[in-house]
Amino acid sequence: MAETMVKSPAIEVSFIDEVCSIPGGEAIRSCIQCGMCTGSCPTASRWDYPPRKAIAMVRAGLRKELLSSNSMWFCASCYTCTVRCPRDIKPADIMHALEVLAIRDGLSTKRSRTPVMYKCFVDSAKGNGRVYELGMMLKFFLRTNPFAALKMAPVGLGLFLHKRLPLKPNRIKGVGELKAILNEAKALGGAK
Amino acid sequence: MKYYSYFPGCSAEAAASPLGLSVLPVAKELDMDLAELEDWNCCGSTPFGSVDKLAAACMAARNLALAEKRGFDLVTPCSNCFVVLHSANTQLKELPRLREQVDKALAVAKLKYSGGVRVRHLAEVLYTDITPEVIGAKVTKPLKGLKVAPYYGCQLVRPNGFDDPEFPHSLDELVASLGADAVSWELKARCCGSSLVMSEPDVALELINKLLRNAQENGAQCLVTPCPLCHINLDVYQSQVNSKFKTKYNLPVLFLTQLIGVALGIPADALALSRNVVSPMRVLAPYL
Repeated sequence: MAETMVKSPAIEVSFIDEVCSIPGGEAIRSCIQCGMCTGSCPTASRWDYPPRKAIAMVRAGLRKELLSSNSMWFCASCYTCTVRCPRDIKPADIMHALEVLAIRDGLSTKRSRTPVMYKCFVDSAKGNGRVYELGMMLKFFLRTNPFAALKMAPVGLGLFLHKRLPLKPNRIKGVGELKAILNEAKALGGAK
Repeated sequence: MKYYSYFPGCSAEAAASPLGLSVLPVAKELDMDLAELEDWNCCGSTPFGSVDKLAAACMAARNLALAEKRGFDLVTPCSNCFVVLHSANTQLKELPRLREQVDKALAVAKLKYSGGVRVRHLAEVLYTDITPEVIGAKVTKPLKGLKVAPYYGCQLVRPNGFDDPEFPHSLDELVASLGADAVSWELKARCCGSSLVMSEPDVALELINKLLRNAQENGAQCLVTPCPLCHINLDVYQSQVNSKFKTKYNLPVLFLTQLIGVALGIPADALALSRNVVSPMRVLAPYL
């Protein structure tokens, strides 16, 4: 049902329908607000609105407040919530759906550096077909806090000295083919 | 000989190179034919799925289409690639509209995916297809007396796991089959913070500290994990934990294939043991 929904400017789509329409967000209506997700989340204390509350906010239509918060960006995708949820709503997948909406609307918060990291990762993987870790890391630190890079320098050095930080990207042969696939996906308007 | 298509994942070629390097000699020793998927691309990982769902599905689907041509199970040693490829595979079956869009996008490159690939984690293959019994029978250097904390991390066992998602036991059995003592510890399947270590290091370092403390308190001499992200966090970032929390951890973290390799008598060089940041040589010396 949710999958065939057509977004039209004439009809206002509710926040919950929007989340439902994104792959992974389908089951959100079954939530009973038990709080198992928040109780299981290893990073919940850092979220502006912890998982249970974030889900309640989707249902209450508090779109802008939630999408411009840092909440979902603290999801480490450990899936503890997902395997414990008594209603099988897959809270981690819902958080990923919220991330997609926040990026789509340019609402990502400045209070988490994760959206920038994810974008750097995506650009790197698109450009080479595989992730170029050094390039991605440098781009991320330049875009967020170059001084933080200094603090992380020993980590980079440790990787480099142990032959775990290739200096050159590893580009696949089919990088052009991959770009064509992704361009076609873009032209199709993204998964809705 | 058992045949598989092999998907190393980006990190196995870079920050987790000891994984990529140690998989191959171990597979050979265990009569597994792991043929690398030709010209595979990044699985998409969590970031793609958090930025653009259709692009994420296409990244995974190109790999699945390439694997389908070959016709064997697609095996990856990376827990994140496993979750991403496995979930995309399921979504392509369950969401016809997504499937339709992905089909159109793949067609541009004359590729087609019909849903015929099974995505599996290498640790699950070692446990289910090869079995601890067979591995144990091939051990030439039993790791007698070595106390190893099996660290499952998250994505090996959740949400698509083959083992109990809260109290898994498969790695414990694999470790025991090598003659080592599998340390029992509470946090063996709890989160290390994954890539948040880069964007939100305070959050991740705190989680890593809890894991290292719990493993150490339970008598572990080293940890073993199949997951590249877990390995990077626990091994490469261990010095950051030490400086932040004034701790003195010196706990080697081995990839599962490195530990198996040692017990099978594969030389240290072939297992890339020198690429581990916290050197495992001290604890492994009696067995090399």
